[in-house]
Amino acid sequence: MSGLSLFLDTFFRLDLVERYWLDVVFSMIVTIKVAVAVIFTGLAVGFALALIRSFGIRPVNVIIVIFSDVNRALPPLVLILLAYFGLPSLGIGLSNITVLWLVLSCVLAAFSEEIFWAGILSIRKGQWEAARSTGLTYFQALAWVVLPQALRLTVPSLTNRTIVIIKNTALGTVIGVPEILNVSSTAESFVGNMTPLTLGVIAFLILFVPILALGRWIETRFKWTRA
Amino acid sequence: MNAIVSQFFNLEVMAQIYPIVMRGLGMTVLLCTAVIPLGLIGGLLVAGLMQFRSRFVRVPTALFVDLMRALPPLFLLLLVYAGLPFVGIQLPSFATVCLAFLLNTSSYYSEVYRAGFESVGRGQWEAAHSTGLNAVQTLIYVVVPQAVRNVLPDLVSNTVEVVKSTSLASVVALPELLYAADTARAVTQNSSPMVLAAAIYLFLLWPAVRLVSRLEHRVAH
Repeated sequence: MSGLSLFLDTFFRLDLVERYWLDVVFSMIVTIKVAVAVIFTGLAVGFALALIRSFGIRPVNVIIVIFSDVNRALPPLVLILLAYFGLPSLGIGLSNITVLWLVLSCVLAAFSEEIFWAGILSIRKGQWEAARSTGLTYFQALAWVVLPQALRLTVPSLTNRTIVIIKNTALGTVIGVPEILNVSSTAESFVGNMTPLTLGVIAFLILFVPILALGRWIETRFKWTRA
Repeated sequence: MNAIVSQFFNLEVMAQIYPIVMRGLGMTVLLCTAVIPLGLIGGLLVAGLMQFRSRFVRVPTALFVDLMRALPPLFLLLLVYAGLPFVGIQLPSFATVCLAFLLNTSSYYSEVYRAGFESVGRGQWEAAHSTGLNAVQTLIYVVVPQAVRNVLPDLVSNTVEVVKSTSLASVVALPELLYAADTARAVTQNSSPMVLAAAIYLFLLWPAVRLVSRLEHRVAH
């Protein structure tokens, strides 16, 4: 057999492509569903935590900082295994998809809270004082003066971090979530041929190359150097 | 409350599996001492290739970086692990894991280097040249110190991510910290080994995570 046909036979066998492409498409839908749920939950919780932190209530802030530090320091796979195998013994049995969603949302919330908070801190005190002196209340100053400037600063880091975290949906394979990696690697070991994993590569590229391009565009669009 | 203690903080279980977990920690440390320098050097290489004028060098390098950034690290690891035997390469699992991480982390580090170099304006080069420094001296005394300071938060947080990602090696049965803890969990039917592993990761990485926050706030001001 010639080199090329041997290569194709190993990595892209057409009968296997035909047998598995639909499974991989369905697994993409699972990945997309989890990713979208994680993005919404994680960013919303992270934003809420950063706002709460800005009120400066000390005991509450200590809890927020601990939550954020723990979720940033631990490998997400540790959290996933701990939640999936540990919680049932407390009578809390969560499905594998719920565990994946919950853990990744916590991780994204932790990172985005730090990013939002850094954004809020970066707005100089004079902005607050000027806003309050024009008669705005604390919340009005936050909503109309501080946040619009702070959020702009956070967009590039938020985008990058979100992309990194939604790629972690692949960790769901360890607890049997039928996402792209799980479906393609199960099929790979079943048929003993790399073709299903090649389909998995294609699926990830279809999903993530546009997202990376979007991230790069956002980075240049929002690049903003402060005077 | 008792259920929580006996399931997650069971000292008896922890004492029993302590040696296995410590051996796992040893492997994690070994993996980090291989993967972090490899990634730092590989990233420098990739960032260097991106500086080439020739499109025949730049375009494939950019494609490589994007491909590596588009694939989840765990997927890349399984791909390398499953794929190498098919192309006739047999490597021990430690080397396979290092190779997979090299592909992934070097592309991330190269982005950090790129951001660092871009953060130092052209005027710095010109000013350094006009004072009589040559290119290498300019790089060492003028550009690198400023670039490192500008991207220090990214450099540290990227390294934290690399250390965390070594836990993925458990999926291909390399006996590092998470693998040891997960095996112990399966054997004892108790989550305390995982809590112990989590505590070790926290002990190792919490200072770095705090440092990242402080550096980020400093840059923001």
